[in-house]
Amino acid sequence: MEINITINGSDHASDVEPRTLLVDHIRRTVGLTGTHVGCDTTSCGACTVLMDGTPVKACTVLAAQADGSEVTTVEGLKGADGLHPIQSAFTDDHGLQCGFCTPGMMLVGASLIAENPDPSDDDVRWAISGNLCRCTGYINIVKAIQTAAARVAESSNGS
Amino acid sequence: MFPSRFDLVVAQTVAEAVEAKVDAGEGGRFLAGGQSLIPMMKMRVAFPETLIDINRIAGLDAIERSNGHLQVGALVRHADVVASDATFGAVAAAAPWVADPLVRNRGTMCGSVAHCDPEGDWNSVLLATGADVIAQGPSGERSISIADFVDGAFTSTLGEDELVVGLRIPVPSGRSGGAYLKLERKIGDYATVAVASHLELDDSGAIAAAGLALTSVNPINTKVADAEVLLVGQQPSEELFAEAAELAAAAAEPRDDVRGTAAWKRQVVRTYTKRGLAAAAQQAEGS
Amino acid sequence: MVAPTTPAEIGGIGHSVQRKEDARLIEGQGNFLDDIDLPNTLHMAILRSPLAHARINGIDSEAAMALDGVLAVVTGDLMDQHGLAWMPTLSGDTQAVLATDKVRYQGQEVAAVIATDPYIATDALELIEVDYEELPPITTPQQSLEEGAALIRDEKEGQTDNLAYTWETGDQGATEEAFAQADRVVTLETHYPRSHPAPLETCGIVADVNSVTGQATIYMTSQAPHAHRTLFAMVAGLPEQNIRIVSPDIGGGFGNKVPIYPGYVVATAASLLIGQPVKWVESRTENLISTGFARDYYMKGELAVTDEGRILGLRVDMLSDQGAFYSDAQPTQFRAGLFHVVTGSYDFGAAHINCKGAFTNKAPGGVAYRCSFRITEASYLIERLVQTAAYEVGIDPAEMRLRNFIQPEQFPYETATGFVYDSGDYPTALRTAMDEVGYEDLRREQAEARAEGRLMGIGIAHFTEAVGAGPSRTYDIAGLKMIDSAELRVHPTGKAILKLGVKTQGQGHETTFAQIVAEVLGIPANDIKVEHGDTDHTPYGLGTYASRSTPVGGAATAVVARKLADKSKKIAAHLLEAADEDIELASGVFSVAGSPDRSVTIQDVALAAYTNLPEGMEYGLDDVTYYDPPNLTYPYGSYIVVVEVDPDTGVWQVQRMVALDDCGVRINPMIVEGQICGGLTEGFAMSAMQWITFDEDGNCIGANFMDYLVPTAWETPRFELLATEVPSPHHPIGAKGVGESATVGSPAAFVNAVIDAVAHLGVRNIDMPVLPDRVWAAIDEAS
Repeated sequence: MEINITINGSDHASDVEPRTLLVDHIRRTVGLTGTHVGCDTTSCGACTVLMDGTPVKACTVLAAQADGSEVTTVEGLKGADGLHPIQSAFTDDHGLQCGFCTPGMMLVGASLIAENPDPSDDDVRWAISGNLCRCTGYINIVKAIQTAAARVAESSNGS
Repeated sequence: MFPSRFDLVVAQTVAEAVEAKVDAGEGGRFLAGGQSLIPMMKMRVAFPETLIDINRIAGLDAIERSNGHLQVGALVRHADVVASDATFGAVAAAAPWVADPLVRNRGTMCGSVAHCDPEGDWNSVLLATGADVIAQGPSGERSISIADFVDGAFTSTLGEDELVVGLRIPVPSGRSGGAYLKLERKIGDYATVAVASHLELDDSGAIAAAGLALTSVNPINTKVADAEVLLVGQQPSEELFAEAAELAAAAAEPRDDVRGTAAWKRQVVRTYTKRGLAAAAQQAEGS
Repeated sequence: MVAPTTPAEIGGIGHSVQRKEDARLIEGQGNFLDDIDLPNTLHMAILRSPLAHARINGIDSEAAMALDGVLAVVTGDLMDQHGLAWMPTLSGDTQAVLATDKVRYQGQEVAAVIATDPYIATDALELIEVDYEELPPITTPQQSLEEGAALIRDEKEGQTDNLAYTWETGDQGATEEAFAQADRVVTLETHYPRSHPAPLETCGIVADVNSVTGQATIYMTSQAPHAHRTLFAMVAGLPEQNIRIVSPDIGGGFGNKVPIYPGYVVATAASLLIGQPVKWVESRTENLISTGFARDYYMKGELAVTDEGRILGLRVDMLSDQGAFYSDAQPTQFRAGLFHVVTGSYDFGAAHINCKGAFTNKAPGGVAYRCSFRITEASYLIERLVQTAAYEVGIDPAEMRLRNFIQPEQFPYETATGFVYDSGDYPTALRTAMDEVGYEDLRREQAEARAEGRLMGIGIAHFTEAVGAGPSRTYDIAGLKMIDSAELRVHPTGKAILKLGVKTQGQGHETTFAQIVAEVLGIPANDIKVEHGDTDHTPYGLGTYASRSTPVGGAATAVVARKLADKSKKIAAHLLEAADEDIELASGVFSVAGSPDRSVTIQDVALAAYTNLPEGMEYGLDDVTYYDPPNLTYPYGSYIVVVEVDPDTGVWQVQRMVALDDCGVRINPMIVEGQICGGLTEGFAMSAMQWITFDEDGNCIGANFMDYLVPTAWETPRFELLATEVPSPHHPIGAKGVGESATVGSPAAFVNAVIDAVAHLGVRNIDMPVLPDRVWAAIDEAS
């Protein structure tokens, strides 16, 4: 079936099988491989993308269901003026090791700080509890999301 | 893992969805949030021939109070329930513990109710609060009390061509409180044991109405009717709740499994009933 | 902590330099296995046995072959025609690639479909009909070794029972003597349950064999690409110069990506036969049910102790559940891994360890999940035993440890099992952790809590690890000595490239190894590119596991950098017209002793190496080192966990977790702490929830992330980290390796804490995972 999804600001019209999962569409048809697959049971969140601004697990959404939506993947986080604050904070606070969960963690983090400019440790842990990380023990992920929130708040206060 | 092939119908209205279901027959399934159905299809334990996507139907996404009820449309996501100001008691208490945050962004409350997974949270909450399920089929809309709706593990009394279009949960008019205590092994897990409690108090502080239901300890979500009868008319007290807890424990017929022994699960039912009723009473007294 | 000797802009040892690998990963530009998309790639899916034990009477793949898009269905018979139905394991056993006679565990590989699309390959699996004749499954090692138990390995010549191996160490006579002198014998029987490393990225391969040239380029999720190249050559008979293994970005390994799995062999064979690239990426279920499990040791430990709490001796009987094939990833001479370390951090003279392993109808594996060859099990046993002994003798568990520690002046210390510990200061470590957590106050709080009917527990583990395998006289994998390598090339502009035999899976090699070079030569870490994972472009080494990257590969890096420093000094002497022996090098500046104003930089020297050399010197500034470590290194740590247990439900929660690690010199403290936090989380996971079990039919419970429980941020405790830094005397930069310490050391701390909460009731053991129902039952039974 014909679908058209706006991914990171660009339109992608394609003909897909109804059964095509959004994550496979993004990875294999569109060719953006920053979105990963880590499980089959909607448990790990490695495939997280923002669909119309809301984080969802792209392994459990049909590509056809995203027809007409705006999807943001990790490749779309960076803006015209450089890295998204969440990206630089992940590096600064050592919020990633192998990097496999990182795209999902950053997208959830970006979505959290858009709603909650000053998330507590518990707020962040709760928000990322649909995303698994096997490397970091989460401590530095939490820290990075808080750092990004603080930087966003600071820059909006300053402007 | 990938689903097997199917046809997809994107319905624009409820009538269109129902018609598509009639056409598809037994091989048809409605698709709302898809957070249970799509994984089952990927694991190839579900093989629908036709999926009828209802996500584009307008007007099903409202959660609001009206006529003394909390009305929940078929496209209200768990996250919408978490965020809503219209919820109360056990509904508000349960919402954050359904699945995980990302699944809650997509999965719907009505879909979960219709799925009738005995380990699902919502049907216990609906049993405790005495809710109705609104279904629409070829011959129109009907209302089914949740106790009549839940038929068995993964089965309901919903007609083959009926779609759950909403839920109607009575909002207590007086002082009330509720709780949903869930023991899960980690976020995103189904309940090992969960207890939904709901209490309404009269002016004297006595219990005017009570709801108590259990998750994951029977083949279906279970209303503990004898405990509810016991509670009504009594003043809340530790002793009373302990007595109710014994009835709840007796109503539970859990199994030994990897999550724990039956004896322990019954003990958790006992503990969580006591604690849940106490929390509900405290909330009611403060309301 | 030792202060860095280089300025921040050089970023040598001791600087928390930001990771170089992050730039690509935070923009979604990593290159993981499944991201590799070669033209004309075919996709493989594997049909697996639903049964734990069954004879295969026939396989009908006609309908699958008829499906549009299917190119081939590979069965064991086809593999057998090419001599590839069986393959050797890393422990000298053989393992079925595709089953020909029987299936021996649920999830075993039975057939493979090669198709144009992964969805179609999966569709085709459903069309393959296998005629199974069910056989009774054996699901415990105890059952397996019973007289008359059905023979699982009936194909194996000379195998008449289900015994996989036996192994013993220590001195039985001396140990018996020690036990005879003891005031009491403290016994603990416990099971370290089956676990799985479950990195977030599953295993996979893209095999690209050119049937014309014979060139086999094999992209795979490999922690040990060089060893895998050699093993591929040996198993598949491909000429080694034509095999190039490329291990791309790896989404976590933890030991799971050390072995060679049947899927790799089938995909490679399929690519060779069809002449197109073949990709296979495991599903999570495949990963959990068929690849590299860990642990599954049933252990009985006995300590001979005096009434004063002195340990005199240790006796261990261990039975391991090996699954259907003995395919532990471990050095050849070590049949039960490095279980020797079971004497722990304590000074006593006698130990005897008796181990055996049994075949069962379960998946094979026996990988060291984030530990150095089965050290986790040993460390867990001794730390649980010492705690038990403290209760029995009636002294505080911390005091029990302090009375028995190996003292700082005793190093190097030879243990009763023959390991020579390199260095340490155990009493300082434990006391520092106790001070931080407020141990005495906690004990008072605990007494008050008990008086109120609350259950609070304080658990300690003081572990000693043995990492960095290993000295060539003792350590080999499948005959390959466990050396590792580094090749360093300094270019004329003073920038460098460092090529490693080890391979990162998230540990940050691209950053820390550059820091080692920066430390020695003074070239800024950011000017050094680190290459690894591609066997055509890096020197030989045995790979990254067993915390061996820093102890072995890191040592090689320091040594090769020092070789270049020596040559550089000669060039500097030439440039400065001074004597070689008068040149001093500090932070990249070569100066003449006594006249510091006469100096050149490493960049000047690098250019001179290609333009202006002393008479007779060979051009260039590069070298390679293969490092054979003289000994293992022995990192250690003191962990203290505080828990509160709900007496009504058995649910326990961590209130505090203080972790002191001593891994010798820390190259990049930020990365070291990251490793520790990750390891602590996995230790917590195993103690609390993460296990694989089986029902009596041999069905795997734990076959996906709904049943195999990996903790989220919500359940994971908050950790408080501490450090001491006693260098390794034999490592070139004094480092010891840290990737696995926390996984090894922490499970005992968590379990000891829960036990401590209920020890006054008489509870001495609750097996992992310490599930709430087990805690509640233990309380119930005790009271």
